[in-house]
Amino acid sequence: MVGEIRFENVKKTFIRPDGETVNALNGVDLTIKQGDFVCLIGPSGCGKSTMLRILAGLDQATEGAVYIDDKKVTKPDYDRGLAFQDHSLFPWLNIYDNIAFGLKARHIFKEKKETVNEFIELVGLKGFEKSFPHQLSGGMCQRASLARALIGHPKALLLDEPLGALDAFTRMNMQDELLRIRKEQNMTMVMVTHDVDEAVYLSDKIVVMTPRPAKIEKVIDVKLSQPRDRNNPEFIRLRSEILKILDFAGKEKEIEYSI
Amino acid sequence: MKKYIYPLLLLISLAAAEAVEFLVPNSPLHQNAKHPYFGWIILAVTVIYFLYSGIQVLQKKKSENPPFYRAPFLAGIILFFNVLNLITVKLALLPVLYFPSLDRVFGTLFEDYSLILKCVGYSSGILLTGIFGGLLVGFFMGVGVGFNKTLSYWINPIIRILGPIPSTAWIPIFLLLFPTARAASAFIIGISVWFPTVVLTSSGISNVKNSYFEVSSTLGASQFYRIFKVGVPAALPSIFLGLFNGICSSFVTLMTAEMIGAKYGMGWYVNWQKEMMCYSNVYAGLIVIAVLFYIVITLLFKLRDKLLLWQKGVIKW
Repeated sequence: MVGEIRFENVKKTFIRPDGETVNALNGVDLTIKQGDFVCLIGPSGCGKSTMLRILAGLDQATEGAVYIDDKKVTKPDYDRGLAFQDHSLFPWLNIYDNIAFGLKARHIFKEKKETVNEFIELVGLKGFEKSFPHQLSGGMCQRASLARALIGHPKALLLDEPLGALDAFTRMNMQDELLRIRKEQNMTMVMVTHDVDEAVYLSDKIVVMTPRPAKIEKVIDVKLSQPRDRNNPEFIRLRSEILKILDFAGKEKEIEYSI
Repeated sequence: MKKYIYPLLLLISLAAAEAVEFLVPNSPLHQNAKHPYFGWIILAVTVIYFLYSGIQVLQKKKSENPPFYRAPFLAGIILFFNVLNLITVKLALLPVLYFPSLDRVFGTLFEDYSLILKCVGYSSGILLTGIFGGLLVGFFMGVGVGFNKTLSYWINPIIRILGPIPSTAWIPIFLLLFPTARAASAFIIGISVWFPTVVLTSSGISNVKNSYFEVSSTLGASQFYRIFKVGVPAALPSIFLGLFNGICSSFVTLMTAEMIGAKYGMGWYVNWQKEMMCYSNVYAGLIVIAVLFYIVITLLFKLRDKLLLWQKGVIKW
C-alpha cells in the first residue's frame, strides 16, 4: 500500500466577482507519510478545504503542485477517495448501488462484486442494502458514503468535515469507526475539521492553519498511542496548545475588522 | 357499518337511475334511440364493479382503502347522469338539439364505432409519433445544453425565441411545408412536447448538486458516465415535469391541428359532427377523447412511479 502526499509551494488565488484577488492559499509545503492520519484544522477562510480540494483534483493550484507517490495531481481519480460533510449519497440509488457506484463507473463491478458486501460489512450497514439514503439516519448515510469512497481501494481517503453534521454521540462513535477502518485498510487519511478535540483524538499529525494570509501556522506531531483517552494530560495540553494558536488567529481577524 | 352502506348507496343510486330510464316516458320532442343504452351501460358498470370488488374481498387482498371504497363515488356519478337523463330526454328542459338523450350519446359509441376507432387509431398514431419525437429531441438537446457551454451558447437563444411560440401558431406554415397533414400534425405535436422537455431537462441538470459530480469524478467515472448516470437520474424529476407539461399541451395541439387541417382523427370527427349538427356524436367523441388522453396520462404516471420510486420519501406526492 502506498499513499505519500506532498504539497510543494501550493498557492491558490481566486478573483472575486468585484475584481479583487483573494489568496485562498499562500504557499503551502507539507509532506504526509503513507498511512498517516492528518487533520487540517483552522478557522473558516484558512484554506483547509481548498487544500483538500486541490489534493482531490477538483480545484487546480495557481502555483506549485501536489504529488501523490511522486505523481502530480491534475484531475480527480479513484486513487483519492472523497467524503463530504453532507454525505452526498445519490438519492436515486439504494445503499448497495451507492456503494457499488465506483466499481460500476470503472466497469469492474462484475469481477469485484464481493467487495461491495465486504465494505457494507466494514461500515456496519449489513441489512440496509436495499434502503434508500433518505430512509437512514445521518450517521448511517455518512458510513455509506465512507464505504463508497473506500471501495476503489484509494491510496488516500480525503474527508471534508465528514462528521460535522452529526450529533455528539454519533460523532464519537464515527471517530472510532474511522480509526478502525484506517487500521484495517492501512491507508493515508486527510481530514478537514473544525473540532480541536476530534483532531487530537484522531491524528498522527495536526496541521494548524490560519487565515489572512491563508497558510500553515504549525504542524504538530501527536505521539499519543491509540486508543486515546480524552482526559490524558498530554491530550489536554495539545488541545489547549492548538486552541491558543487558533485564538491568536481569531484576534488578528478582529483587528482587521475594526480598521 | 361502512362495509354495507357503501355498496348499498351504489345499489340505491343505480335503482333510481334505472327507474327513471325505464319507467318515465321520453319527451316526444326527442328523437328516439334504438336501445336504452344508458340503462344497460350503468347496469354493466355496476355489475363489473361488484364482481371486481367482490373478488378482492374474497381474496382478502390488502389495500390502503376499505372494500367498496369507490362505491359512493360511482353512486354519485350515476346520480349525476340520472339527473342529466331526467332534464334532457325525460322532461326536455334543455334545448333538444344541443342536449341529446344519453341513450343516443352512448348509442353512437356502439353504432358508429368503426369510424370512431379509425379516428382513434389515426389520432393516437400522430400523438405517439409526436410525443416520442419531441421527447427524444428535447431530452438530448436538454442534456447537451445542460452540460456543454458551446451548445448552450448556440442553442439556448434559439430555444428562448422559438419555444414560447404556441405550437398551434405553426399550423398554417407546417401544413404547407409537409407533404401530408398527418406528418405536419405529428411535427407540430413534437414541437409542443419538445419545448417544455428541453427547458426542464437543461434546467434540471444545471440544478443538480455539484457534489454529486465531484464525488463521482473521484470514484473514477468518465464524463459520459457522469452525464447519464448522475446528471440524468438527478434531473429526472424535472424532466418528467417537462414531459408532463409537454404532453398536456400536445393534446391541445392535436385537437386544433385536426380541426383545422386533417381529414381524419378525433378532432376532425368532433368538428365534423358539430357541423352536421349531430350533437350526440359530438358528446360521444368527447368521451372517447377523454378516455384516450386519460390512458396516455395514466401510462406516463405509471412510468414515473416506476422510475422515480426513490423520490417517494424525498418529496410528498
